Amino acid sequence: MSEINATDIGLPTLRAASVVTERRPVRIALIAVAVAFLLLFLVLPVAAVFQQAFAKGLGAYFESFADADALAAIELTVLVAAIAVPFNLVFGIAASWAVAKFEFTGKALFVTLIDLPFSVSPVVAGLIYILLFGSQGYLAPLTQSLDLQIVFAVPGIVLATIFVTFPLVARQLIPLMQEQGIGDEEAALTLGASGFHVFRTVTLPNIKWGLLYSVLLCNARAMGEFGAVSVVSGHIRGLTDTVPLHVEILYNEYNFVAAFAVASLLAGLALVTLVIKSLLEWRYADGLAASARH
Amino acid sequence: MAARASLRQPSVIPGFGMTFGYAVLVLGIVVLLPLCALALRASAIGIGGIIDVVRDPRVASALRISFGVSLLAAIVASLFGFVAAWVLTRYNFPGRRLLDAIVDLPFALPTAVAGIALASLYAPNGIVGGWLAAIGIHIAYTPAGIFVALVFIGVPFAVRTVQPLIGEIDREIEEASATLGATRWYTLVHAVLPPLVPAILTGFSLAFARGIGEYGSVIFIAGNLPYVSEIAPLLIVIKLSEFDYVGACAIASIMLAASFACLLLINLIQAWSHRRFGHV
Repeated sequence: MSEINATDIGLPTLRAASVVTERRPVRIALIAVAVAFLLLFLVLPVAAVFQQAFAKGLGAYFESFADADALAAIELTVLVAAIAVPFNLVFGIAASWAVAKFEFTGKALFVTLIDLPFSVSPVVAGLIYILLFGSQGYLAPLTQSLDLQIVFAVPGIVLATIFVTFPLVARQLIPLMQEQGIGDEEAALTLGASGFHVFRTVTLPNIKWGLLYSVLLCNARAMGEFGAVSVVSGHIRGLTDTVPLHVEILYNEYNFVAAFAVASLLAGLALVTLVIKSLLEWRYADGLAASARH
Repeated sequence: MAARASLRQPSVIPGFGMTFGYAVLVLGIVVLLPLCALALRASAIGIGGIIDVVRDPRVASALRISFGVSLLAAIVASLFGFVAAWVLTRYNFPGRRLLDAIVDLPFALPTAVAGIALASLYAPNGIVGGWLAAIGIHIAYTPAGIFVALVFIGVPFAVRTVQPLIGEIDREIEEASATLGATRWYTLVHAVLPPLVPAILTGFSLAFARGIGEYGSVIFIAGNLPYVSEIAPLLIVIKLSEFDYVGACAIASIMLAASFACLLLINLIQAWSHRRFGHV
């Protein structure tokens, strides 16, 4: 039984393990390489955000948020996420229900198309909405007759954000729901429960942790989206600037403390998302299984 | 109703029509319709028109930089990502779980935040940049800066595609190889590594595809000098701000074609791996 290793049954590990692992110096060298690489490329940048944000002390840090434009940016970002995340959540649940609970022709194509936004550059994601809704766009006559301003306004930012975070929830839920099969649902249905009742009381409890993580990640990505939003926003300060765009403005104005202070909000959000993910993985490993790839 | 019933296998589970219909509708409006707009615009420009745009030296050099640096960064991310995945799965050491959690950071950290952080670290007056400047190496505001940003972006793809497979390796194969007299190195190269190759290639393709399109984390550290450190996505933004829609769409369609090629490659790798090894 390969699952039982020497440590589990209290045997000395040195001899037993040496056949299927590297020699100690090699192990130590590999650990050193991996740790150094991850520290240099991943940990250091995040540490730099907080170090720069607090470089001039707590007073300067909090002063950065007293600015009206910064507050407007935070407000807009929360609004955009409040629309984009529930939208993608509903789509993700519907799509994963259809994919995981049924066999139908063209399923592979459907799943590939859901994944499509991940392979599109954020800048291109912004560009396609300009081609649709810009002043010379294909749908411009329609939006003008309705007197709707889509790009260079809030609706465009929301659309671009939805596009960029589109696959996140579905991608998390599909493997999870597939793994759980349809036995539980079938049992509930034969006992006379309605479809919605089955979803709420049988399916939802099974997927809740995966769902929670996917919503958190979707939220972090929605609030932090830069490229796509930058293309469609029009950069009207105080009106169409989201938090990441405001960070860019502050940085380009050499207002580093304020730029990093505002950026630290998003970095904090990312760290909280990862902490919750790790906690969920350690406590409910099964509920997040098959989530290895994003 | 009858037509749909023939498309899917019968099931007692309700809600297929509603959920699938809604998902297809949303997918069509949010993803496919806008992408069609680009395809339509690109076909209006035509192959000749796209070639004309690409022959502009500035566009050509931006595309070369984007593809070249992405390739290099994806290779480095895959290499170190593999070592990291191996170490995180196989060895136990203090801080392993923390390090494992940190791998996902580039997924969650906004690209612009990563961008300004990397720029401040690697600038000549930054912590790393200052140290490197002392020995004559300049990272920020050169193509090396783009490379650093793209490695950052690529790491989680490289690690997370290989990691689950390393965890699934059957130890008995390694034991058998060892009892037959193979050295540890021979076992690794001939028994352990081959089934992992498809996953490594998949991670590499994902990192490469993501690198080509990456914008936020690159522009702050790149310096954006035309012909030197200007990336293709930035050139799209510049063309758009000059209302040069033909130029923007031509570059965008090339990048889109490249990402579709990567997507196709990944699917081919996985199909091949499925036939060869029976897993992804």
